[in-house]
Amino acid sequence: MSDVSLQEGAYETGMGDYFALLKPRVMSLVVFTALVGLLVAPGAVHPFIGFVGILCVAVGAGASGALNMWWDADIDARMKRTVGRPIPSGRVAPGEALGIGLALSGFSIVMLALATNFLSAFLLAFTIFFYAVVYSMWLKRATPQNIVIGGAAGAFPPMIGWAIATGSVGIESLLMFALIFMWTPPHFWALALFVKSDYGRAGVPMLTETHGRDATRRHVLIYTLLLVPVALGLGLTSIGGPFYMTVAVIMNAWFLNGAYKIWRRNDADCDADKHKVEIGVFKVSLYYLFLHFGALLVEAALRPYGYGGW
Amino acid sequence: MAIKVEHEIHTRRLGRNVGVGLLLAGFIAIVFGLTVVKVLQLGDAKKFETFDHVARPQLIPEDEPRQ
Repeated sequence: MSDVSLQEGAYETGMGDYFALLKPRVMSLVVFTALVGLLVAPGAVHPFIGFVGILCVAVGAGASGALNMWWDADIDARMKRTVGRPIPSGRVAPGEALGIGLALSGFSIVMLALATNFLSAFLLAFTIFFYAVVYSMWLKRATPQNIVIGGAAGAFPPMIGWAIATGSVGIESLLMFALIFMWTPPHFWALALFVKSDYGRAGVPMLTETHGRDATRRHVLIYTLLLVPVALGLGLTSIGGPFYMTVAVIMNAWFLNGAYKIWRRNDADCDADKHKVEIGVFKVSLYYLFLHFGALLVEAALRPYGYGGW
Repeated sequence: MAIKVEHEIHTRRLGRNVGVGLLLAGFIAIVFGLTVVKVLQLGDAKKFETFDHVARPQLIPEDEPRQ
């Protein structure tokens, strides 16, 4: 007769732990912007091929998230916000995360190439490379401008969506890329101004800590000013129209006003009202992106009825 | 001695195995769906029926001489 014992305390990784590696919240934004890129593009793509294309983009984004978590496990373990992630909390082994990241990257790129076209697969491959290697491995720990250049990784999905439908890159898809690219810095810096981060302790250079809060406020205003022509310019292309333009004018005025208010403030003002303005601008920035892409979708939906577009 | 107690590890393993099973089933469904869509997009059935390496007399046009 033999005895069977189970090691108490040994953690058996569950499906949910692997799923958490894929950063589902980031994935949802990627799916939304890629879907808009696909739906506003000219020409029809079979719904099932479109679905598989977006699924591949989502899996690719998840794969880059897993690779990021594998590389950044040491930083994540030192920050309160990230200490509960699967690797630092010991729920997933680092090697497993690397394996999942690499396998899903390969799968999503090859499947996207087979289902749609090589351009969209190339763009997805480049996005994964950019996020995992250029941002995570190189820029994140090297420069306070990490958010600026790293933001490109989050800006590619609408371009991939467009490429799935058209097999090409157009001025419209470049401007959708530019919209997210220019939006990312003021969005994150507005957050950095009111969230007590421990990036410094983890050794990640953030603008608020390397150049100070005043420089960050100045950067928020400058980048918002640079964002406005991109957002309005997108409205003048074939995918824009009066509805998009109305939304863009209102949202840009709102965002710019907030950035200007942030620029005028100092630390004493922030302490006095507990970062009310910064929190407000951060919320506006969330609506900003959602409404711009939502408006593009409305224009595309109105077009068959003769209303969308110029 | 039979193991009777269902440990939490078993539940987790079951969950993981079911999850992998569903993912594989989903992958098969996607590949099958893509095949159907891609083949149907070819339009004229004759375009792909001729590539099945089997003699198909019904595919030879009426005006061509049959041997």
